[in-house]
Amino acid sequence: MIILFYLAAVIAILSTVAVIVQTNIVHALIYLILSLLAVAVIFYVLGAPFAALLEAIVYAGAIMVLFLFVIMMLNLGQHTRDEERSWLSLKGWVAPVIMSSVLLVQLINVLTQYDYELVPIRVGVMEVSVLLFGPYVLAVELASILLLAGLVAAYHLAKK
Amino acid sequence: MESIPIEHSLILASILFALGLIGVLTRRNIVFVLMSLEIMLNASGLAFIVGGARWGQAEGQVMFIVILTLAATEVAVGLGLIIQMYRQFQTVDINVLSEMKG
Repeated sequence: MIILFYLAAVIAILSTVAVIVQTNIVHALIYLILSLLAVAVIFYVLGAPFAALLEAIVYAGAIMVLFLFVIMMLNLGQHTRDEERSWLSLKGWVAPVIMSSVLLVQLINVLTQYDYELVPIRVGVMEVSVLLFGPYVLAVELASILLLAGLVAAYHLAKK
Repeated sequence: MESIPIEHSLILASILFALGLIGVLTRRNIVFVLMSLEIMLNASGLAFIVGGARWGQAEGQVMFIVILTLAATEVAVGLGLIIQMYRQFQTVDINVLSEMKG
C-alpha cells in the first residue's frame, strides 16, 4: 500500500511537470488527466474512496472534457504550437521558478517539524453523506447556489 | 495496515501547488494558465484529504467536495471568458489583454 502511495506521488509530480512545460495543448491536457488520476490513487490509499471516485469522475472526466471542447472550438492547431514555442523562453522561467522554490522550501521546512504518522482508516460514502446532509447542509446549499451562478455566468459569457 | 508519514503527503501537496504556481506565472497561453489554476486547486484538495485522513474523520472529504464544486464553476466561467476573448482578439495570448479599452 505504501509503495502504491510513493509510486502515485512520483507519477503525479512528473506528469504535472510535463503539463507546465508542454507546448502541445492536447498533450498537456492528457498529462493533466494522468496527474489527476494519480492523485485519485493517492486519495484511495489515504482511505478516501468516495473522494477518489469524485476525482476520477468529475475532475478527470467532466472538467477535462470541458477543456477539450473549448480547445476544439478554438481550433488551436500547428501555428499556436510554434507560437507557444517562441513564447517559452528560458529567461521567463528563471524568476518564477526561483520564487516558487523559495516558497516551497519554506513550506517543507515548516511541514517537517512534525512527525505524525498517518494510519489510513477507510472513511466511506456513508460517513461523508451523514455529514453532508446533517451539520454541513448549508455548505451543500451554498455549493448549489454557486453552481447555478456559474451556469448563468457561463451561458451569458459564451453567448454571441 | 502500514502507516504513511503525514509530512510526505503534505509535501506532495506543496510540490503540486508550487508547480501550479510556476505554470500560472510563466505561461502566456490563457488555457495553460487555467489548467495551472486547476492543479493548484487540486493540490489544496489533496491537503484537505490528508488532514481528514490524519484524524480518520470525513470532514476532509466534505471540504474536498466543496473545492470540487468551486473548481467546476471556475472552469465553466473561465472557459466562457476564454471563448469571448478569442472572439474579440483571435488569440489566446494574455499579453493582448494588458490594455483597457473603453
